[in-house]
Amino acid sequence: MRCPGLGLATIVAAFLCLPEISAAECLTRGTGDLGLVVERASGSVRIMDTTARKELFRVHGLGDLSHASAVISRDARYAYVFGRDGGLSKVDLLCGQLVNRIVQAGNSVGGAISQDGRLVAVSNYEPGGVKVFDADDLELVADIPAVTGPNSSSKVVGLVDAPDQKFVFSLYNSGEVWVADLSNRFAPAIKKLVNVGRQPYDGLITPDGRFYIAGLFGEDGLALLDLWQPDATARRILNHYGRGERQLPVYKMPHLEGWAIAGNQAFFPAVGHHRVLVVDTGSWLEVTQIPVYSQPVFVVARPDGRYVWVNFAHPHNDTVQVIDTKTLQVVHTIKPGKGVMHMEFAPRGEEVWLSVRDKDEIQVYDTRTYEMLATLKAEKPSGIFFTARAHKIGL
Amino acid sequence: MCKRHLSALGMWLSCVVWHGAFGDERQQELRYLLKHDCGSCHGLTLRGGLGPSLRPEALAGKTDEMLLAVILHGRPGTTMPPWKDLLSEEDARWLVGLMRAGEVR
Repeated sequence: MRCPGLGLATIVAAFLCLPEISAAECLTRGTGDLGLVVERASGSVRIMDTTARKELFRVHGLGDLSHASAVISRDARYAYVFGRDGGLSKVDLLCGQLVNRIVQAGNSVGGAISQDGRLVAVSNYEPGGVKVFDADDLELVADIPAVTGPNSSSKVVGLVDAPDQKFVFSLYNSGEVWVADLSNRFAPAIKKLVNVGRQPYDGLITPDGRFYIAGLFGEDGLALLDLWQPDATARRILNHYGRGERQLPVYKMPHLEGWAIAGNQAFFPAVGHHRVLVVDTGSWLEVTQIPVYSQPVFVVARPDGRYVWVNFAHPHNDTVQVIDTKTLQVVHTIKPGKGVMHMEFAPRGEEVWLSVRDKDEIQVYDTRTYEMLATLKAEKPSGIFFTARAHKIGL
Repeated sequence: MCKRHLSALGMWLSCVVWHGAFGDERQQELRYLLKHDCGSCHGLTLRGGLGPSLRPEALAGKTDEMLLAVILHGRPGTTMPPWKDLLSEEDARWLVGLMRAGEVR
């Protein structure tokens, strides 16, 4: 049989496609030590090998990633990236390919993957609410509009997965927390908790999946919900943590994630103050407030809980501090450069990766010696997501 | 007819003056701030996020004075902070001009 000729157009097209990865270039290796770095200004992500500390792929076409986050599939093969423009992108980490992308809202902020890994939920600002998709083919399975009155709806923030196939999230405008049970994926059962506090701006779930905590912007305090108590209402913790002091202008909102918990203490950013709040997770009473360099954005515990690393809001985003959880003191200050956006620890904590936006690089630090071990190029990097998140509740 | 020419000249002049009012370095800093730091909340293409769109069409119905007031003094009760400790009025006016020109994408 004679081979078909290649037309000139095909040859030209093939050369134009050269920078793209073909299916033949999928890697045969483990995914357990891979990481995804969001490049917020170019709609792209880089897939990194965290053992070799090198880039494997760069994937384009993910839309507006101005504020983007990701969750990892149950088999640690895929990342689901949630973009600012409402885009939900499924990235194959072994092949460095965008395998599916939908635009499911006008403006969205984050997402979560269900307990069984079969559903991906996205929290939307516009229209306000949560949409739930099949993790395999991204088909819509449920739509939960955050309607709070005849003419009112709310932006949704702080979306997390919880045990028993639930998603928990906060409604920024109406001050509510909703718990959605997706056991029947087409008919979510929603429990609504109202009046949890003014303007919940983010939420976290403790690593054991028991407590959902929403940070409040409109007042000093956090709202705590015990998911083990079926009829529980949200209760206030760290009330009046500002101690009557005037809140400073908040140039960048803090972020809450489950790695705020270290041992039997939790560490939270104080909104509008140069402090990290420490609370005992048995009593939920304040232990102390640690003075830090500026307003914290991310407060992240090393996986063993011995140290907590803190980065800060503009204009002090050139600094990172390390708190020793045994003494509750700041023990180290690092100056990686301007625009430290995010920090991600290796799963057993020996190193931490920082995204340094204004230097267009990722910096890798030894968490014992604070030595910088490597840098990797990334354009305007923001969020860093390691595949170990696949096996963690709330991440 | 004359009025239109004069007004065009005026606009050109104010554009020249406006661009000449800052050194290049400050202009670069402010452009970067608008895209990346304002953009953290307003989107890196300024189409909105936690904060509203700052695209020319979204700003069309708002006066310069109102926009200046929001930038410098914030909107109490919302997540928009006052920037007066970090930006001068001149800085803020320049930013308003940049936003209205739709130059940051």
